[in-house]
Amino acid sequence: MDYLLQMIGICKTFGEVASLRNVNFEVGRNEVVGLLGDNGAGKSTLVKIITGYHQPDPGGRILWKGEPVERMTVAKARELGIEVVYQERALADLQSLWRNIFMGRELSNRLGVLDVEGMRRETERLMQAHMGFTSKAITPDSVVKTMSGGERQGVAIVRALYFQAELIILDEPTMGLSLSETRKALDFVEGIKKAGKSAIFIDHNIFHVYPVADRIVVLDRGQVKGQFLKDQITLDDLIAKLQHVAQTGRFE
Amino acid sequence: MNSVNDGVESPTGRLAAKRPAGNALSRFARKYAMQIGIVFVALLVWILFLIGSPRTFLSFPIYAAYMSTTPFFALMALPLTLVIITGEIDLSFPSVMAFSMTVYAIVLTATGSHVPALAACLVAGLVAGLINGAIIVRIGIPSLVATIGTQFFWRGVVLVVTGGNGTSLTSAKDTPLYEAMVGRLFGIIPAQMLWTIAVALIVWFFLNRHRFGAHIYLVGDNMESARLMGVDVARVKVLTFAVMGVAAAFAGAVVSLEVQYFWPTLGEGYMLSTLSSVFLGGTSVFGGTGTVFGTLVASFIIGAINAGIVASGLTGFWTQLIYGLIIVISVALQTVLSRRLK
Repeated sequence: MDYLLQMIGICKTFGEVASLRNVNFEVGRNEVVGLLGDNGAGKSTLVKIITGYHQPDPGGRILWKGEPVERMTVAKARELGIEVVYQERALADLQSLWRNIFMGRELSNRLGVLDVEGMRRETERLMQAHMGFTSKAITPDSVVKTMSGGERQGVAIVRALYFQAELIILDEPTMGLSLSETRKALDFVEGIKKAGKSAIFIDHNIFHVYPVADRIVVLDRGQVKGQFLKDQITLDDLIAKLQHVAQTGRFE
Repeated sequence: MNSVNDGVESPTGRLAAKRPAGNALSRFARKYAMQIGIVFVALLVWILFLIGSPRTFLSFPIYAAYMSTTPFFALMALPLTLVIITGEIDLSFPSVMAFSMTVYAIVLTATGSHVPALAACLVAGLVAGLINGAIIVRIGIPSLVATIGTQFFWRGVVLVVTGGNGTSLTSAKDTPLYEAMVGRLFGIIPAQMLWTIAVALIVWFFLNRHRFGAHIYLVGDNMESARLMGVDVARVKVLTFAVMGVAAAFAGAVVSLEVQYFWPTLGEGYMLSTLSSVFLGGTSVFGGTGTVFGTLVASFIIGAINAGIVASGLTGFWTQLIYGLIIVISVALQTVLSRRLK
């Protein structure tokens, strides 16, 4: 199969804690992979290796479209088209909306001089077209701190969208959201699929992951414990298997 | 890269914010509350002095005096604003002033010329700043502790090297360098005042219109987010300390050339006025917010208070007490206000 992202033999230890142990993980083209696992299973660590924030222990390999990536960095991952909507949203609370949208990738000329007006204009456009901020109370200069959880999630997601990603990773996007906001986040994942992109959808809530994922990967205690194509397993069977894993650390 | 992927639908749909739409004026007032506040404080202080001693404050000499002495610490308060916005602090700058000027004195003695001496002085400041940055970022020591350490270290270096003896800089008088640094434009406006305005403009530009400044705000606001979004946090911090080091060296040269003498105690006494300028100017001690304008205006308030203490017949002993109060009160006020505005 033609993979977009392939990770082979990934290990990651922090001091004496083995967070990931020999993980093989891949994402196909135009595939939504649900990554399930309890707290501490290693989901976030895996994500941070994909985005270059952490380096895997020596021996692990990362392939992007079949080509090996020597040393993944945050900048490199973005260049390749990997975008993340982090669990903690990764926003700067005291800064304006436009500074958050363009965080770390400010529009600027070669000397680093900012195109402030351009960023304000783009933010204004994104707000109307994608975030649904119609109220006059929120402007590109509004400070993020004053916004609701759903609005903040909107900022984080629109930011990931803005930079033409090929692979969008959502790290527990439904955490702390109301029911209707959760629905919107799930609609968004379906939107990624329709647009022909790939996604990794991380959650510990099976009821959120199952409906939108093509394939579900179960991570437990730093290891991949099982993979299921959605059309080959029912939700009830999956739940039963997950409970078994949680208790014993093994399938079957 | 720069167009939106329109194929993907927004998850947030119509999250129409239900907040009362404020008019433009109140939004302006809210956005620039700190700056407007500081201007009012400045006016208030000025009016108090006008009432207190109208004869002094209605004539020019007092303002000429301000313009010559306020730059001594304003030149450092401006770049220190950058350091504090990143959530760090530098307490070593008074000693860095003296250390850089020690290098100046050594090069001057060796070459007999002030231009290479000044160049070496600025390089020394840069090195001291880079060392601060490296200790804080690479080794991971809190800047408060690290720069108290380097403060004592550099002062010690100065005392050991000079043996406590100063160096006369009278040979600088009437050189173009002297005129450029501390001369009097049209015979009245001190050159250091023009330098202060220039530094304020440059620092403002980098903070508000350059990627460096954008990253300074992000690092101070939420270091973890900045890192996740690809900001090179370590580089930003080291750079702000480096800039601070160069500024301390430059201010050291300005002070010493103004009095045409280098004292090994140079810098002592600037700690409080510099720090209080930054905090009175509205820069948050927690990082993430602060303005160049606020620091600039606050520097002149601090300068005025300094003169006012003397003019009102209080002894110099009062200055520490008053600056200490200003730091505590302005930091406390900011914290309370920002909690209210939430």
